[in-house]
Amino acid sequence: MYTLPNKLKVFALVFMVLGALGIIAGFLSVPKTTEDVAAMMADAHHGQGHAAEGHEMSNHEETHEGEMHMAEGHHAEEAGHDMAHATADPHQEHLEHVMHQIQNRPWSALYIASFFFFMIALGALAFYAIQYAAQAGWSPILFRVMEGVTGYLPVASVGVLVLLLASALGLSHIFHWMDPELVNPESTHYDKIIAGKSGCLNVPFFMIRALFFLLGWNAYRWLSRKYSLADDTAQDQSFFKKNFKLSAGFLVFFIVTESIMSWDWIMSFDPHWFSTLFGWYVFAGMMVCAITVIALVTIYLKSQGYLEEVNDSHIHDLAKFMFAFSIFWTYLWFSQFMLIWYADIPEEVTYFVTRIEDYKLPFFGMIAMNFVFPLLLLMNSDYKRVNWFVVMAGIVILAGHYLDVFNMVMPATVGQSWTIGVPEIGALMFFFGLFVYVVFTTLTKAPLTPKNNPFIKESKHFHY
Amino acid sequence: MASKVIHALYNDDDILMNAVKTVRAEHYHIEEIYTPFPVHGLDKAMGLEGTRIAITSFMYGVLGLTVAILMMNFIMIKDWPQDIGGKPSFSYLENMPAFVPIMFEMTVFFAAHLMVITFYMRSKLWPFKKAENPDPRTTDDHFLMAIDAGHGDVDAMMKVLEATGAVEINIVEQEQAH
Repeated sequence: MYTLPNKLKVFALVFMVLGALGIIAGFLSVPKTTEDVAAMMADAHHGQGHAAEGHEMSNHEETHEGEMHMAEGHHAEEAGHDMAHATADPHQEHLEHVMHQIQNRPWSALYIASFFFFMIALGALAFYAIQYAAQAGWSPILFRVMEGVTGYLPVASVGVLVLLLASALGLSHIFHWMDPELVNPESTHYDKIIAGKSGCLNVPFFMIRALFFLLGWNAYRWLSRKYSLADDTAQDQSFFKKNFKLSAGFLVFFIVTESIMSWDWIMSFDPHWFSTLFGWYVFAGMMVCAITVIALVTIYLKSQGYLEEVNDSHIHDLAKFMFAFSIFWTYLWFSQFMLIWYADIPEEVTYFVTRIEDYKLPFFGMIAMNFVFPLLLLMNSDYKRVNWFVVMAGIVILAGHYLDVFNMVMPATVGQSWTIGVPEIGALMFFFGLFVYVVFTTLTKAPLTPKNNPFIKESKHFHY
Repeated sequence: MASKVIHALYNDDDILMNAVKTVRAEHYHIEEIYTPFPVHGLDKAMGLEGTRIAITSFMYGVLGLTVAILMMNFIMIKDWPQDIGGKPSFSYLENMPAFVPIMFEMTVFFAAHLMVITFYMRSKLWPFKKAENPDPRTTDDHFLMAIDAGHGDVDAMMKVLEATGAVEINIVEQEQAH
């Protein structure tokens, strides 16, 4: 049995406390009025290397036009409406626009970090189900590690649900399409495209879907964990068979719901834009992160003297999955990018125009971290067995995929007013601490090696 | 110079694996093993060096990538620039995303084909080559281990091989050593 070391507990708690402070600081520093925004922007010009520098007062008109052209989810409409009531002071309009962006920032930061760790737990759950459904012989020795990682799923589900609810109740405005004005034909803010999608994109249906998905995933997690533990003391293979059937069923449910979840929870940040392979894209990122975390937790536990029977070949296999899913992710990223870039249809290409113009460093940096780095580091077969290589590649992959989620959310919610500062790092630290605490607490609840699994012997002797 | 070789035949891959370990422990020299199918782990048991074909594969891939880049640069930018989808082709870099599928395919094409050719050359295989297989049964259900018997006590070797479970042991005079 694994016991939670005190050091690790303190480590996790310190991260949570510091992170919580960062989150609070982020919310407190949000400007309340346009005067505050004007003061902040004036400060930013004193050489803080801030993204908001694009908003030079002198060429402010041009910036506005640029935004209109970009038709980026959140504020394209507003830019359009500026034309309608041109009597309004354009400078004031612009300040308000920036204020809304900055007000969105702590919420977005919280949402990104929350979703990032949520998707790790969900990806691990899908990976676990694949192992059962495929009756894999190499992996049963890692089942308790995977169950540990998926142990975070219930907690993560609550976190994500609360943030979705906050937006649904109007506390935050990160989901722009939730604004009822946009679907009201009487309103000056009426948006034909969003109104056309309101049959699916409306708050009650959105929340019902979210609840349904989360309940489904958590139900599988709960049942499969129960069967897996019961299997240890069982006299026959009945629990294994139950888990096998359950996993196969779950995978069908998962791939449909995961796809819809990615449209709902990520793609709808840009409600005008759509991509048909978005679900796969999010799935690929999710799997890379999940497998990386499984590998990191395994290596950590092994370094602490647990999991004696996990050998080089298990690490090798996990690293192969990390490598393969990194390539798969790149393949999907490029498939999405190239078609849109080549076709150059304004309503589609605006997504990448925004990202390349305003998010150049995270956008291209993420490709280097998620593709070039793992490609070169993990290509050699021998390196996949060297623990510190896997750890190093893993950390870069995780950071890269955090940036990927960042790039998927931030351009639509905060636009040009982005940085990676206290709110982002605070939120990341908070959820990291929570993740570590919950995962390692789950690991203490059961022996680290399953006993009665029919493939456990094969797994112990697994040799590549 | 003629050399003596012992051919020991086995009818099971597990027995063969154990035999290989015993023979190696006796420090006899295994010249070659002929099997009807690839036996997992046999190369390690025989103490063969790891293959270097992965390194050649990487180099061929890099070569393919280079060829693709130069080729597309010549075709689409230098020789005959075309305006496709409103994208004027006067810069390789600006049109690069369109060439990525070609770069990828050429990398794979070069790596795969040159790797196969390298493998054939390294294994001394070419069209109309006469089979080196000493016993046709190794293409069906038997495993054959060829052991150098030039410098040892042949009777002692035969005894060891019999103990490993060989179904048949023959001493063969070879025209020339490998």
